[in-house]
Amino acid sequence: MKMNDPVGEVEVIEYKLNGETVSAFAGETIIQSARRHGVEIPHLCYKEGYRPDGNCRACMVEIKGERVLAPSCCRQPAKDMDVSSESPRALHSQKMVLELLAADAPGVDLKPGTNELAQWAGRLGVTHSRFAPRSQPAPDPSHPAMSVNLDACIQCTRCVRACREEQNNDVIGYAFRGGESKIVFDFDDPMGESTCVACGECVQACPTGALAPAKNAYAIVADRTVDSVCPYCGVGCQLTYHVKDNTIARVEGRDGPSNHERLCVKGRFGFDYVSHPQRLTQPLIRKPGAKKHAEFTVDPDNWREVFREATWEEALDFAAAGLAKVRDSTGPDSLAGFGSAKGSNEEAYLFQKLVRTGFGTNNVDHCTRLCHASSVAALLEGVGSGAVSNQVSDVQYAEVIFLIGANPTNNHPVAATWLKNAARRGAKLIVADPRRTDIARHAWRNLQFKADMDVALLNAMIYTILEENLVDPDFIRQRTTGFEALKANSKGFSPEVMAPLCGIPAETIREVARAYATSKASIILWGMGISQHVHGTDNARCLIALTLMTGQIGKPGSGLHPLRGQNNVQGASDAGLIPMMYPDYQRVDDPEAIARFEKYWGMPLDHKPGLTVVEIMDAACAGKIRGMYVMGENPAMSDPNAHHAREGLAKLEHLVVQDIFLTETAYLADVVLPASAWPEKTGTVTNTDRMVQMGRRALDMPGDARQDLWIIQELGKRLGCDWKYAGPESGVAQVYEEMRHAMNSIGGISWERVEANSSVTYPCRSEDDPGSPVVFTEDFPTKDGRARFVPADIIPADERPDGEYPFVLITGRQLEHWHTGSMTRRASVLDALEPQAVASMHPLDLEAIGARPGEVITVASRRGEIALTARADAGTPRDTVFIPFAFYEAAANQLTNAALDPFGKIAELKYCAVKVSKGGALEALASYGGGQSFGVPVTH
Amino acid sequence: MYLGKTYDMNDRVTIPISKIRKARPTPKGRVVDPVARSEIALLLAGAPLEREYLIENLHRIQDRFGHLSAAHLAALAEAMKISMSEVYEVATFYHHFDVVKEGEDAPAKITVRVCETLSCAMAGANDLLERLPAILGPGVRVIAAPCIGRCAEAPAVCVGQNAFGAATVEKIAAAVKSDAIRAPTTACIDYAKYRESGGYTTWLDCVNGKRDVESVLKTMEDAGLRGLGGAGFPAGRKWRIVRAEAAPRLMAINIDEGEPGTFKDRAFLERDPHRFLEGMLIAAWAVGIDAIWIYLRDEYHGCREVLEREIAALKAAAPAKLPAIHIRRGAGAYICGEESAMIESIEGKRGMPRLRPPYVAQVGLFGRPTLEHNMETLFWVRQIVEQGAEWFASHGRNGRKGLRSFSVSGRVKKPGVHIAPAGITVTELIAEFCGGMADGHDFYAYLPGGASGGILPASMGDIPLDFDTLQPHGCFIGSAAVIILSNHDKARDAASNLMRFFEHESCGQCTPCRVGTAKAAHLMESAKWDTALLEELSQAMADASICGLGQAAPNPIRSVAKHFAHEV
Repeated sequence: MKMNDPVGEVEVIEYKLNGETVSAFAGETIIQSARRHGVEIPHLCYKEGYRPDGNCRACMVEIKGERVLAPSCCRQPAKDMDVSSESPRALHSQKMVLELLAADAPGVDLKPGTNELAQWAGRLGVTHSRFAPRSQPAPDPSHPAMSVNLDACIQCTRCVRACREEQNNDVIGYAFRGGESKIVFDFDDPMGESTCVACGECVQACPTGALAPAKNAYAIVADRTVDSVCPYCGVGCQLTYHVKDNTIARVEGRDGPSNHERLCVKGRFGFDYVSHPQRLTQPLIRKPGAKKHAEFTVDPDNWREVFREATWEEALDFAAAGLAKVRDSTGPDSLAGFGSAKGSNEEAYLFQKLVRTGFGTNNVDHCTRLCHASSVAALLEGVGSGAVSNQVSDVQYAEVIFLIGANPTNNHPVAATWLKNAARRGAKLIVADPRRTDIARHAWRNLQFKADMDVALLNAMIYTILEENLVDPDFIRQRTTGFEALKANSKGFSPEVMAPLCGIPAETIREVARAYATSKASIILWGMGISQHVHGTDNARCLIALTLMTGQIGKPGSGLHPLRGQNNVQGASDAGLIPMMYPDYQRVDDPEAIARFEKYWGMPLDHKPGLTVVEIMDAACAGKIRGMYVMGENPAMSDPNAHHAREGLAKLEHLVVQDIFLTETAYLADVVLPASAWPEKTGTVTNTDRMVQMGRRALDMPGDARQDLWIIQELGKRLGCDWKYAGPESGVAQVYEEMRHAMNSIGGISWERVEANSSVTYPCRSEDDPGSPVVFTEDFPTKDGRARFVPADIIPADERPDGEYPFVLITGRQLEHWHTGSMTRRASVLDALEPQAVASMHPLDLEAIGARPGEVITVASRRGEIALTARADAGTPRDTVFIPFAFYEAAANQLTNAALDPFGKIAELKYCAVKVSKGGALEALASYGGGQSFGVPVTH
Repeated sequence: MYLGKTYDMNDRVTIPISKIRKARPTPKGRVVDPVARSEIALLLAGAPLEREYLIENLHRIQDRFGHLSAAHLAALAEAMKISMSEVYEVATFYHHFDVVKEGEDAPAKITVRVCETLSCAMAGANDLLERLPAILGPGVRVIAAPCIGRCAEAPAVCVGQNAFGAATVEKIAAAVKSDAIRAPTTACIDYAKYRESGGYTTWLDCVNGKRDVESVLKTMEDAGLRGLGGAGFPAGRKWRIVRAEAAPRLMAINIDEGEPGTFKDRAFLERDPHRFLEGMLIAAWAVGIDAIWIYLRDEYHGCREVLEREIAALKAAAPAKLPAIHIRRGAGAYICGEESAMIESIEGKRGMPRLRPPYVAQVGLFGRPTLEHNMETLFWVRQIVEQGAEWFASHGRNGRKGLRSFSVSGRVKKPGVHIAPAGITVTELIAEFCGGMADGHDFYAYLPGGASGGILPASMGDIPLDFDTLQPHGCFIGSAAVIILSNHDKARDAASNLMRFFEHESCGQCTPCRVGTAKAAHLMESAKWDTALLEELSQAMADASICGLGQAAPNPIRSVAKHFAHEV
């Protein structure tokens, strides 16, 4: 947040600047006030938005009556103060500082055109330095994403503040003393061997290019910049693409409401997948006789064995005809569509409309089913809305932050920075997760509880709050129902009884329960650790109960925030890309909603809820689903029990896959439609904070690839939909406007408004509604306006470890890789940072099976077996293996269990039984991954 | 096909195994070694782990293992829940910590620090530095060190933690051989003796209501006692200012006596520690303070032993309720004598001065209003309160009032701490208190206030020495460290020695000081000075540096250019 944004009524004082009387807001520094009045004062260590440090002394001004000069970046003007930024004395020091620093600058400008030292030296006429240079440090090329050339370092510590105070990654320090003072990573380690997570905030902060993007990216002068939003996670960071010759040269963070210029490694450095040579550039049709089977490794470079190229006309006709044939022979319910949480709102809306009207079924779903379906089920039942009640940045108002089943430093890195900022400010951060992750270091209490024991832990907290009478009786009485049932259910869940089950001492459970209940504002954030269980809905019910019984909801800093995974999983769900709801969560079996949409779309609609993701795969295996349209999803990798999913896909009579790469799913397709990457299209996405944000096209598509929205429309036309969306970018604005008029929640957010503001928060019901960052302040969007307690009992995981399969497998993501890896493993920097599949285990468990860190181990479940590299990580609990599911050569979902939560229909991806042994043969890498573009690092 | 380039998708790309990067066997960065983890857990058992104890815990490791290994530092970071970079940047800031990374050799078991600052340099420190390594052998590390506060007995050295003066190669070798590496126990007026002679009665009168705050404040103001660390802020006024701030208020006491040539605090502390402690308690009572931090420079191992022992004795038999008293140990950084840098160091951080405003009286230690005093200032409190403001003010010469403790070193017969009337001239000081010049030496020049206070020629030896009297000549008295140069010395050599000291001791935070001291030291090596450029640089250093170090560092340059132009 900008430091001098005046908030509310602001006091104004007058003082003299260079002889003129000027004004300053209370809290404003001289340099800020001067800039507002058109006076630029040289500065280097000062960066708007960062804490001013006043160390470079380039911004010195003379204040009448003071013995020495003052740094204008730190001093606030006082009434009638007489300040000069251009007196001979002030100018002398400004220039001398620049001359001293210029003496030590390297001969080559590492940030041509935007080197702040060179710019200010030029402006002040400091053309050369009369001082002898220092001896210069050696360059550090150890990091794939960034180059470190400390010969250009001016010790301004902007990078230290970037790493420590902004991103809270705490890797960069200012070490040694005096002239030896040096920017260091950890213990003065090479950057590439440090704990650096490559968020690149330091690069963005560095004024001289001492820290710069690798491969001399600063030397490329962009021919245009495009403001857009990040394609990866649900945080929705705004960014700027710097484009040269239709290629993204680099990415910078933009001051969006959810990121304030911050980005993570994926958003900043993970963009070159769009220009990977394996991009699909021509429609492909399966060759006759190319058999489909579940056992395969895709080699995207060797597709001609299976496919032939086709024209768009032929491919679209073929795709539509195959779907129509299934529809017309065995009925609409033999068809299903998987849309994408990675596309735009407009694509999601049009996709579900196609399935509902063109196919004639509600069998439409997307990866939300594997993500927060159980959370959404519990939220809809409890508080009447599936979205977050408070935005992530609201943690700044919280005294207690309860983070459970989430690893935001890896999966929502920029959101994690706000949590860490809050913890640094003094908020009590309670982290509850079976794995000890990076954010645990910032926690007031870290509860490394036993996997699967969420309900035991949470019910023990509920018990404590009841027993110690820490409830908010007014809130319970006025705004909830069902409290008596919760009370009755809680008996038997005392912390003392639950402690041995969940592995957390009873007193600690009581301590955190008290802190949560009694603070002025407590917020709960959670992730897949809560949702991906057969008791995922129960887990979320407990969290909701905690907020309701303590009244910790409906005000700033108090609420519920399920951290959404994909960039548009919120928007895709809002847009109706789920089998039981139309847009805006209007149930498909609600007569009112049916009438509304039959009228709006001018077609009769299916009146029964459709099948969910895992159910569709089961139905495909059973031969009940016979045709599918999959856009931008990769169920062959992402679905639990992947072999089973692949069998289902292989069994389909007709499979249409629309994607940017030949994924494992596309490999089983009858027709493959080459689509647009995120920077190649315009459209809106909705982040975890309920912000509708604008993505703008930065690039032209490669070859004959087409925008997804165009492809959906072409298929629609061929399946009997009478659609006309005119206008640029495949008619995206018209699609948006149609969608908006079907959704009250975004009714006030016109296309023009998103274009102008880049981001608008919903609910926003009219054009002059600013949007509501905090909801449920007065009532809940339920029928009676009240929230509902739903008690939960302990239900064990579907598959517990036993003698044969003694380990627990937890799957998830890692910082660098996105989901099934199809994008990130083709992003050169991300691939170099995590080149191969790894299984993390506690060092003692590794020792027990006789394997050393870095050796190959084999992990097997009742469903499959993979071999991969062992990583010793003391943060992994004992008797547990953690495997990210992004690696095709060792797909974790070959092992996972497809058992479902009965309410959310989400699979138990966070828990199944496996066995682990030393040794095994690594699957050969096909043609991407392995960090090949960077070669082997010199040391390890 | 892509972007107009022809790319045949059927060209099979194979990844040569040699191009595949291996996955990291552990999470990013250094992993805590289990052995180091258990060693640190054992060492720190019961020790506080809050952030402010970082330097204290680094001392524990350095004292126990003789150095700070990367493995131990990583384990410490984990144990204290702070980042590795924060541990490293603090550890490397302080010169008494030896950080040893993987694959590097640990330093020898014994370290001999030879003071090379002005008085010791004049007394032959360089000769010791040259000869010692060969004589002591590879089992001993010999390093040059900045002033260790024994300038009256120059040359001074510190063998392990055993500091002594009048050092010769033989004495040093004997100390090493007999493993005399601990500070010898110092005989002082201990708690029992101090109480017997009426000690702590005045403080008890205060806390028991026999004296009222207002009268004590007035006495302090009327006495005109000024801060004796060097800045000279009136003590009574400071008490009143801090007292007016919101509670809780804290006190921080500066015994980081590092200004070259200064050793008065050590002398007082070694002789009569309770007189200082009583003054401290009176100040705490008068200002309304419940918690006190005493920051002691690491070079004063003997003083630490005295303070720890005597404070323990006081606590064990306290005649009234004491405020919380904490001792913090410096770690080899002159800059921590700067009041705000000291506060940073007490908080366990790098000793980098803070920007002011806000002043420490308003926002000081742990963000609270803080009364910060030099140790000697408090030393005088008891006597002033007992004997009255008039008693203190009755001293003085040449129109000045009060007493000053001059630390005199250099070419005089009787160097040492001399309590003399404020306003005495250097000529009088040499003649009346120092037994005249050393044999064979003629008075040539003097430094009236340590390294920072400038250099004046003998011809200007009739200026009254006190606060405010030297400013017109570009000098100041500071901590009253007077170093006398003779016809065998050169002012430019002294100035170069001091600039190297400032370069070595600059905290590295601001450009004018970090870069300026280095560039100045380089320019000053030249036989013929570029006086114009040095003056330009001096002006910016004085005007634009954050703290007194950088602001005063050009004083030797300007003094030489003004008074000793013939030398350069």
